[in-house]
Amino acid sequence: MTSQVVSSWGNVISAEHAIVQLASRHQPFPDISPGTSVLPYGNGRSYGDSCLNVGGALLQTRSLDRFIAFDTESGSLVCESGVLLADILRVAVPRGWFVPVTPGTQFVTVGGAIANDVHGKNHHHTGTFARHVRRLELLRSDGQRIECSASENSEWFAATVGGLGLTGAITQAEIQLRRIAGPLMDVETIRFQNLDEFLALCAESDQDFEYTVAWIDCLEQGRQLGRGLLQRANHIESPSTDLRPRPRQRSVPFTPPFSLVNAASLRVFNAAYYHRQRGARNRRISRFEPFFYPLDNVLHWNRLYGPRGFYQYQCVIPSAGGRDAAEALLKTIARSGLGSMLAVLKLFGALSSPGMLSFPRQGITLALDFPNRGERLERLFKELDHIVQSAGGRLYPAKDGRMPGSLFRSGYPRWTEFTRFIDPRCSSSFWRRVTEGA
Amino acid sequence: MRRILIVGAGSAIAEATARIFAERGDAIFLVGRNPGVLESIAADLKVRGARAIGMEVMDAGNLSAHVALLDRCEEFLGGLDTVLIAYGTLSDQKACESSAELTDLELHTNAVSVAALLTPIAARFEQRRSGAIAVISSVAGDRGRQSNYVYGSAKALVTAFLSGMRQRLYKAGVSVITIKPGFVDSPMTAAFRKGLLWAKPHRIAEGIVRSIDRSSTVAYLPWFWRPIMFIIRAIPEFVFRRLKL
Repeated sequence: MTSQVVSSWGNVISAEHAIVQLASRHQPFPDISPGTSVLPYGNGRSYGDSCLNVGGALLQTRSLDRFIAFDTESGSLVCESGVLLADILRVAVPRGWFVPVTPGTQFVTVGGAIANDVHGKNHHHTGTFARHVRRLELLRSDGQRIECSASENSEWFAATVGGLGLTGAITQAEIQLRRIAGPLMDVETIRFQNLDEFLALCAESDQDFEYTVAWIDCLEQGRQLGRGLLQRANHIESPSTDLRPRPRQRSVPFTPPFSLVNAASLRVFNAAYYHRQRGARNRRISRFEPFFYPLDNVLHWNRLYGPRGFYQYQCVIPSAGGRDAAEALLKTIARSGLGSMLAVLKLFGALSSPGMLSFPRQGITLALDFPNRGERLERLFKELDHIVQSAGGRLYPAKDGRMPGSLFRSGYPRWTEFTRFIDPRCSSSFWRRVTEGA
Repeated sequence: MRRILIVGAGSAIAEATARIFAERGDAIFLVGRNPGVLESIAADLKVRGARAIGMEVMDAGNLSAHVALLDRCEEFLGGLDTVLIAYGTLSDQKACESSAELTDLELHTNAVSVAALLTPIAARFEQRRSGAIAVISSVAGDRGRQSNYVYGSAKALVTAFLSGMRQRLYKAGVSVITIKPGFVDSPMTAAFRKGLLWAKPHRIAEGIVRSIDRSSTVAYLPWFWRPIMFIIRAIPEFVFRRLKL
């Protein structure tokens, strides 16, 4: 067993972990020294501590990166759990298929997408990732392999999807892909002045557009509170032969000594971004990458937040009362001036999430990055927590590195039922934090 | 479309290289020792776009199996224009020092069997006056060091053998490419602590495909090993013998 310093995407925590490899899907669950807990680890794109296990071991699954079968007629893809969504897109898009659901980066593993039951800009239309997982294989530390799906071993399935890796290691999965005619998207960007305009635009768009998402300017207060840009898009229905090369990948080569995201840079960026298009509406055709993965072109963009890293705060507020709570959140954030340019608003649809601990539910979701400013930021988070909890909302574990256990437990009432399915050898920093003292 | 034979297809570098060929729609014949591993790799390459995938289980140390294997490979692919020899074992230097048998076995696997396998391949390509032969040697073959000179001397044989073969086949228009990877982060080196000089197999694979496409001669992968090994070769023996490399 070797050891290595591992940090998550938010770069707030960096800690030494024992590292164990799962080198093949046929391999038994590796021996871990007694008393050490282990957590399956994919590509480390979770923001907080849900992919860390400080004081224990990480079971790396990234080397399980083989495809197993792809039926190009039906769009059913079977692959190992360490395959990246980027790898799937490489083989699927040229053959007219697309991932059913994708988060804002293609650099997540299939296992990670399942274990966090990720969502995308098409949630109102398609639901979460796990709804498109036809089956998966779970490897338990006692050597048992459990084949599960929504109909077979369905309790294990409900625990494992969204289960944060705690039920054991996912070794392989079958995913139903979605047909596309080609790699192009029809994208419309519409400016809105405030939260009510956003909601009206969503109501108007969600029927006819598979993808909707909004960027908001988290600094604006008063009548422009919640101003922003709504993007709505569809895959283009006609085949195309667009072979333009993708833009070159850039990288942030090192971590600057302080956060480049601060009050001054934020004000300039937000104003420029809001006014980047001349009219209130703009329509263009683009390849799918810039629409889905605008940040993937800058490798290590998380370094821009400097050595102290950053937090993301993503909550969902149920539909009833969601508008007022969202307004209260935006007001509180704008007043603090602590946010960043990465602020996203979206309406989740009614399609239910299959996991016991799946995050999405019908309502408004708001996601914001915050450079880590220690105490001052934690005070803001407490105010936000209060609004979320009063409105019956919850936070997204994949993004979280600090929510109080009580907020987690009230947001995820099925957590006690979930504990029955936790592998006795598995644990995570996140899990210990939110269940301690309960 | 290339028709490619990969011997040692189960190695991490070979698999990463095969993925690039598969995405380009080439036809590939995989040879390795573990049938389960070969099947998993074949299924993966098929999904990635390989035009055809054949496979066969063979221990390359068994020299008498080579010619029949080449025949079956050529029959399956409908010809053969590219060969990648990627197998090898990372010898346990300490164990070799107290066992002549083990030393013999390591030299047989990493050197003698490679030379033997190259012999019929070179003859066929020379006769057809075309083709590319890439063989994974190692920077370890550039100079014997106390920490791994059994492995290193086997690779030195391979490097010298290829150098001569390259001259001979040049006239026939056959390219012979010596691949010299440095430290590669693969299952073969899982026990080592990794530092700055370590490269991922897919980086090495990109270099291999580039070298084959350009008919290069000797490729250090990544490139910085060329100046490093230049310096290591230049150190005089009376100094070198005191070093702890």
